Amino acid sequence: MNVVFYLLAALTIGGGLAAVLLKHLVHCALATTVAFAGLALLFLQLDAQFAGFAQILVYIGAVAILIVFAILLTRGSELPKDGVFSRTWFVGLVIAAGVFAVLAWAVLQSVRAVPQQTAVPAVTVHDIGNALVGRYVLPLEIVALLLTAATIGAVIVAMHEKERPR
Amino acid sequence: MTGMTTPLAGYLLVAALLFAIGLAGALTRRNAILVLIGIELMLNAANLNLIAFWRFGPHPELLTGMMFAIFSIAVAAAEAAVGLGLVIAIHRHTHTTELDKINRMKG
Repeated sequence: MNVVFYLLAALTIGGGLAAVLLKHLVHCALATTVAFAGLALLFLQLDAQFAGFAQILVYIGAVAILIVFAILLTRGSELPKDGVFSRTWFVGLVIAAGVFAVLAWAVLQSVRAVPQQTAVPAVTVHDIGNALVGRYVLPLEIVALLLTAATIGAVIVAMHEKERPR
Repeated sequence: MTGMTTPLAGYLLVAALLFAIGLAGALTRRNAILVLIGIELMLNAANLNLIAFWRFGPHPELLTGMMFAIFSIAVAAAEAAVGLGLVIAIHRHTHTTELDKINRMKG
């Protein structure tokens, strides 16, 4: 619990809050990118270098760009006339606050039970690669199949349909 | 909070707060893209939990939490691609991404 952790936590939470509170969708996308970057830095702070750089590559490199593309393609940069929050926003806020209260209560109640190893894990990218093609090779293949199917599916869903005579 | 909590509890609290923020965004915003952003934030909060438990758990050399997080990142990328493709398709049909105006299936 050092000062770096608090700075990164503030960056991540601030980015997340800005992402759901700002009005302009493009600003929301940029704030989401800040939250993703804060999470990647938190991963690096947790000595998970591979996951941190995967987070940067996948989220900042791909997902953030996809979100910006979707906003521009759907002309979402125009402000809606009747507010950005739904009519039942209060219910959603209460549910989210309740979920946070329960989670925080559970975490604070189990502080003594959670593991607290302090030694830095001696895990290299080499070990991760070996595990990926060894013990975890079947999930890796399934993820490859899933990514292929998702890419084809996304292209087919978003592809322009030809006008059919009715 | 310092002194009372362990490092893992701090990370878990940050993840819980981020999850709640994402949930609030998904439940209160009217734009479909913002709902997807909220879902992404929730997935990321879960990843932070996995990595934190991997780091402070008793057997980090088994890489269980790390692998879980890596596969979760890959699945989240697929989810984002399909979700945003669906938003674009819905926008083409209804010319809006406001969720309370998309009520074609309402009886």
